[in-house]
Amino acid sequence: MTAELVRGQNHVLPQTRLEIRVSAGKPIVAGATLSDEEGRVRGADWVAHPASPGMPGLEVSKQAAADHRLAVDLGALPSGAERVNILLALPVTDGAQGPGSGGGPARFGALAAPFVAVTGLDGAEIASYTITDLDAESAVVALELYRRQGAWKVRAVGQGYAGGLAAMLSDQGLPDGPALATEILDAVASGMARSVAAPPQRTAEADRVRHSTPTVQPAHETYGASASQHANSGRSAMTSPPDGQASPEGQVSVDGHVPPDGQVTQAPSTAPSTAPSGDSGSPQQPEPHDSRSRDDLHGQGHPGQGQDRQGQDHLDQPEQQTAAPASTGPVDYTHPSRRTAAPPTPAPAAPTAQPGQPAQPVAGDATGWSMEERLYNQVWGMFEDLARTAAAYRSAVEFADSRMEQELDQVLTDPRSRISGQGDAAREAARAKQAKLVEQAREVLDRDIAQLTAEADVVEPALPPSFAAWGNPIWQAYRVPMEPPMALRLGDLHLPECTDLRIPMLIRLPLERGLWIDSGRTASSATASLADSEELRRLAMDTAVAHAARLLAVYPPGDFAVHVIDPAGSATGSLAPLRESGVLGEPPAAGAAGVSEILAQLTRRVDLVQMAVRARATDSLPPDIDPAEQLLIVNDFPHGFDDRAVTQLRYLADEGPAVGVHLMMVADREDAAEYGPILDPLWRSLLRLTPVPDDHLADPWVGHAWTYEPSLTPPGSEVLSDVLARVADARRAWGR
Amino acid sequence: MSVNMTKGQAISLQKSDGGTLTAVRMGLGWQAAQRRGLFGSRTKEVDLDASAVLFADKQPVDVVFFRHLVSDDGSVRHTGDNLVGGVGQGGDDEAILVDLQRVPVHIDQIVFTVNSFTGQSFQEVQNAFCRLVDETNGQEMSRYTLDGGGQYTAQIMAKVHRTGSGWSMTALGTPSNGRTFQDLMPSILPHL
Repeated sequence: MTAELVRGQNHVLPQTRLEIRVSAGKPIVAGATLSDEEGRVRGADWVAHPASPGMPGLEVSKQAAADHRLAVDLGALPSGAERVNILLALPVTDGAQGPGSGGGPARFGALAAPFVAVTGLDGAEIASYTITDLDAESAVVALELYRRQGAWKVRAVGQGYAGGLAAMLSDQGLPDGPALATEILDAVASGMARSVAAPPQRTAEADRVRHSTPTVQPAHETYGASASQHANSGRSAMTSPPDGQASPEGQVSVDGHVPPDGQVTQAPSTAPSTAPSGDSGSPQQPEPHDSRSRDDLHGQGHPGQGQDRQGQDHLDQPEQQTAAPASTGPVDYTHPSRRTAAPPTPAPAAPTAQPGQPAQPVAGDATGWSMEERLYNQVWGMFEDLARTAAAYRSAVEFADSRMEQELDQVLTDPRSRISGQGDAAREAARAKQAKLVEQAREVLDRDIAQLTAEADVVEPALPPSFAAWGNPIWQAYRVPMEPPMALRLGDLHLPECTDLRIPMLIRLPLERGLWIDSGRTASSATASLADSEELRRLAMDTAVAHAARLLAVYPPGDFAVHVIDPAGSATGSLAPLRESGVLGEPPAAGAAGVSEILAQLTRRVDLVQMAVRARATDSLPPDIDPAEQLLIVNDFPHGFDDRAVTQLRYLADEGPAVGVHLMMVADREDAAEYGPILDPLWRSLLRLTPVPDDHLADPWVGHAWTYEPSLTPPGSEVLSDVLARVADARRAWGR
Repeated sequence: MSVNMTKGQAISLQKSDGGTLTAVRMGLGWQAAQRRGLFGSRTKEVDLDASAVLFADKQPVDVVFFRHLVSDDGSVRHTGDNLVGGVGQGGDDEAILVDLQRVPVHIDQIVFTVNSFTGQSFQEVQNAFCRLVDETNGQEMSRYTLDGGGQYTAQIMAKVHRTGSGWSMTALGTPSNGRTFQDLMPSILPHL
């Protein structure tokens, strides 16, 4: 399968003997430079170009052409060469035009977007990249092949130079770049006479760009820091949360402000920055019952909303991710390796709306540094829009009802209404007034819902695996990711007014609080139909396995590990996909001994990593400490737990998330009732989810009760085991 | 160009080209107090607050003020609380934006108020004004100068209300006293 890369994205190369195909529609020059670890080209002999087309491991065309095939053997490159840059340039000299180059375009902006593909020797495409957004540039670094931990990868660069080849070569550290550029272009000019006519224009260019959208991967990796970032990708999560953001749950339990039973305090997001841009109004809106944790942030609670929705869990606000500023202009003169962040790929532009009509919805129509972040913000934007339009509708209906009641009361007390007919007419008028207002409000709501539904229809298919429902075709074409995702879909949310419009419930990763899949019978009113509590327990465990499988699949192979405590072996059936694919580190822990062993192991990990983080010595952790994020699934709590194990579990719930150890309880709170209120802080610290649809989640803006439905695989679907098998394969291939 | 409206004067929020207004902004600006004390820590800060109350048939339904910055329906947004004022040169230090097209169907009046949260009367505040702006083109529709206005700590400024298919604005300019909009409710009701 071909990976369609976007700017900044990388892809693993499975082999070292490759061919690079270039097509541009008009004759262009293709070349390559080698560079060492520091990104420097060591000399003119490290440049393959039309005047000097061959070097060990690399061969380019002798002349400008609309289509090129460059042969590359990464195993045969000169020693010291760690990167290969594939260059494209227009056959023009800076000042005097060469004899054969007259009439050619002087800027890439005048051409169709050049297309480059990396293929195996059999011609099968491994990765492709369409270089869009070029304008005044006359030379561009198209791709970079680079060695990372012994494996070769390709990165889509797309770095253009308005100064042409001379500027590009100088920027790569060649002292005599301008001279070499002149030599190259002269050689091309003399060869131009022999060049054949350009083939017909490629027509599917626009389609190609658009089709690449659904498979877009985040372009998080930065140029300069990519090596260290990659090496530490597992550990970065441990080191990133600053002390101030760690474990809000702990504060709740110690400061004496114990919230009402069953309600969980809102935890601040671990987004890198807490500075929302522009529209700062909504994130600052405090909610009455969690004002305790937010008072220090925002000053006051909201007195206008006295009613407290108990037993509801507030979802966290999305927060803008900030990144180092990058230039937004089409021409960037800085060297790629000196850049602090990959420039954001431009957001898809929504077509301009017809007057009076809402704009056509477009996936990714939000701010963000990557398609993933834009989609995340778009989904949260849809969530807020739906919450607010529903609030307007409910407020209008409530008002209409209360006004009608008042008017009916008046009719009742008015003596004149006893005269036949008058009272009935007045009552009828009151009802008609109510109906008219409700109808008007419904009209507005329906219009908004239609618009949001249209948006959801384009957004859902564009979601990356971590955001996508299991039924999304992207899971059929699942490939293991190279970067950890920014958020995870836990399920869908909907309101009773519009049960068909489902908003994906996305939470930021790494998880900042544990999850609790409530298998208790009190979970929801829908439980009444599920007479059998065993059935409910099984469903809860299936849900837990689906969440765990998604986490395993959306992290790079080996960056996420799952442990299971199943003391009585009651969840063997549900755990089958995890066990059989071999993604579990060890078989599910059974019995009291198994429970205490795995808890001891994870507690030790939390202790050591905490110490290392505090001492800023994460590099000196013992080698047996797995740097991957750890998830512990606990079934049948408190079966198999003694007091010591319960204490350790609470410790993990409090301290674990900050150092990459997460908890997923699959439990009925009633089972642990004998422990009394001592466990209340544990339950409160977890994000409660249900195996069946249940309206226990509140949005952060208005506080509606949203019906949550877990993200489960379609009935009869094999997607879970297929995906897990691929994860297991990738782990074996990567030796993790 | 601004129209200095007199009390009780009503203007229809129709544009000159016949189109109706879609968004209005209430702006509030005042000059920060002089620094006092050796370190400025004894400055008598002036905190004025802009609020908007949404009414459905004379019943308050929602309020947008510094503790509730966005109405539940999302149509009215406060840009954020300013506790000290600005340079006093005509810029808005607090603003409330109303998207008239998104206002729920049952809301028929929106009343804008100004309160002195720190208790100074408008006489003691320098360069204070409030104004209503057509947000679509930045044109000022009305402006009140608050300073020197008398021993009042609040003003009920104007109301925007539905008329037929569109919206109109009526300048109220009623002085009152109170710390937040809640204290003003009795004085607002006669204007509905």
